[in-house]
Amino acid sequence: MDLSDSPAEAEFRAGLRAWLAEVLPTLPAVPPAHDWPARRRYDLGWQRTLYDAGYGDVHWDAPPAKRLIFLEETERAGAPYVGAGFVGLLHAGPTIAAEGTAAQRARWLPPILRGEEIWCQGFSEPDAGSDLAALRTRARRDGGHYVVSGSKIWTSHAEVADWCELLVRTDPDAPKHRGITWLALPMDAPGVTVRPLRTLAGSAEFAQVFLDEVPVPVGNRVGAEHDGWRVTQVTLGFERGTAFAGEVVACRRTLAELAAEARRNGRWDDPALRRRLGRLHAEFRALWRLVQWNVSAAEASGGVPGTGGSVFKLAYSRARQELYDTAAEVLGADCLDLDRPWTSERLSSLSYTIAAGTSQIQYGIVAERILGLPKGR
Amino acid sequence: MRFRLTDDQRALRDAVRRLLSRRCDPAVLRKAAEGPPVLDRELWRALGAVGVFALRLPEAEGGAGLGLPEAVLVFEEAGRALLPGPLVATHLAAASVPGAATGETVVTAVAGGLVEWLDAADVVCGDAAGAVPLRSVDPLTPLHRVRGGRGEPEPGGTRDAGDAARAGETRDAGDAGGMRPDPLAVLLTAAEQLGSAVRSTGLAAQHARTREQFGRPIGAFQAVAHLCAGMLVRTETARAAVYAAAVTADPVDIAAARLLADEAAVRCARDCLQVHGGMGFTWESEVHLHLKRAWMRTRRGGEVTQSEEVLAGGLLVDGG
Repeated sequence: MDLSDSPAEAEFRAGLRAWLAEVLPTLPAVPPAHDWPARRRYDLGWQRTLYDAGYGDVHWDAPPAKRLIFLEETERAGAPYVGAGFVGLLHAGPTIAAEGTAAQRARWLPPILRGEEIWCQGFSEPDAGSDLAALRTRARRDGGHYVVSGSKIWTSHAEVADWCELLVRTDPDAPKHRGITWLALPMDAPGVTVRPLRTLAGSAEFAQVFLDEVPVPVGNRVGAEHDGWRVTQVTLGFERGTAFAGEVVACRRTLAELAAEARRNGRWDDPALRRRLGRLHAEFRALWRLVQWNVSAAEASGGVPGTGGSVFKLAYSRARQELYDTAAEVLGADCLDLDRPWTSERLSSLSYTIAAGTSQIQYGIVAERILGLPKGR
Repeated sequence: MRFRLTDDQRALRDAVRRLLSRRCDPAVLRKAAEGPPVLDRELWRALGAVGVFALRLPEAEGGAGLGLPEAVLVFEEAGRALLPGPLVATHLAAASVPGAATGETVVTAVAGGLVEWLDAADVVCGDAAGAVPLRSVDPLTPLHRVRGGRGEPEPGGTRDAGDAARAGETRDAGDAGGMRPDPLAVLLTAAEQLGSAVRSTGLAAQHARTREQFGRPIGAFQAVAHLCAGMLVRTETARAAVYAAAVTADPVDIAAARLLADEAAVRCARDCLQVHGGMGFTWESEVHLHLKRAWMRTRRGGEVTQSEEVLAGGLLVDGG
């Protein structure tokens, strides 16, 4: 058990820290949340900056421990996160890298790494959420094309995306996991309509995408026809690996800010509040150690994120909601003021036990794959 | 960063697990729980012989020269096996009390206003004068209460030696029963709690896989499966906290480990009992022994509020 950096890791950390100190003051101002074109430019610009400095592929090629240092240091320094680049860098890109042909890798990966193209994810459907394999968006072969009809939902960054990693049903007669195919859909193809969805936090983070007889070249298929479910599993593993590591660093900073605010406004004198903050401190310290534990395990197993990601996500999503409930207690009446950042963060935190696999789905994964309990439902 | 067990650490853990599965299996424990607890001196010497007590002593002094991470792995196994006896106190006295390192001398300590195994021990650290026996909820751990707050940590705060002197109190050189709980004792207790949580989770999952109702294993029902999965989440979160505290020995990390490990041990034992249904409520079941021991261990670290205050204060010092 060793929590310290190896010489190579220490060198990487020091170099990154120095570079961040130099480059962050030169970044443009963060655009407002509703200005999608500006957010696209900003997020792509940051990825380009990383690429030019040699950090563009850190999410893919670096060993897990190095990736963790990258996430930790960029968050500590207040650098931007992947933003609209999330799906390309953390879902679609790794999938294409693992399952795509040489020509597909050459076509799609460099623009993701250079900050030129944005991807979105077309997995969930109105009637296929937790039961993703029940998806019904149809694709029928017509010569050199698939013709796709259906609709996708909870599609983040759809408004500004160039590409969509799309799961479609190519064989309606096969068992549900076997008739699915993975396609790269160009978002400017005829028949694609994007309708923004407003979240309970008031933001327009995601959208519903309608597909009406959309032609997709057969060459845009990654993996074999009907083999899309297996191809997808690569992607989901990445999502539950280190995706939230930077956020744990951010939550620990928020917790310290809560304590400072409580001292300022006098609520620190309430021992019940101090106890609650103390417990949260214990949990977020442990969550960071759990990330390190999972990353070390992934490194030992050749970089494959394991089921430890489900354990982490269950504990983290609950702790994050508790963090912002405690923030409301620190704020007092101001917890109802949407101009206090913690108020909107409290609203956003409500999605954490739902998105990327609900807590109930995660409990099922833990019960079946770690504890070996029989398949239920 | 390599935050995982080394091959040597894995081998040590497995060796201790094998020894304890031979000497301290559930059938032996259940039998022991039928009568008044008796400290097994032969087992104590066997533990000494494999180095449980001398683990962290330098090799020149007959120890194994290992560190806190190894000690934590050993105590996790002890907690998993429900090993009875004042293990933590004897381990911590290995350097200062003759015979403790080999298991010849059994050492106990005042902690949290209580003394475990006072009559069976050869040496007691802390001021146990006037201690009176109580009818212990844990059938495998005899307890004495220390009267008048002497030699125990104060609820909600700590007193320095000056305060103690002004109050006319004395403190022994061993100091395990001093004004504040020894952080190492708190950490090793957390490791035992972790082991207990691991065992409760394993017992619950095993029962859920094999016990059938309504024509299928009860683990096929989500209400039961999710209860078991929640136990694993608490246990693994506590494991990360306990192992990290063993590496850093940082007081804030130790406080975090204590809170999470206490919670994991107690709540996993409760949930394990629930999964076992009526069988879990019987004396023959192993389940209640884990719950009772876990309750007993939560008292060793002093008041919970103290640990929470340490963690809250930590937020102001270094930004967490």
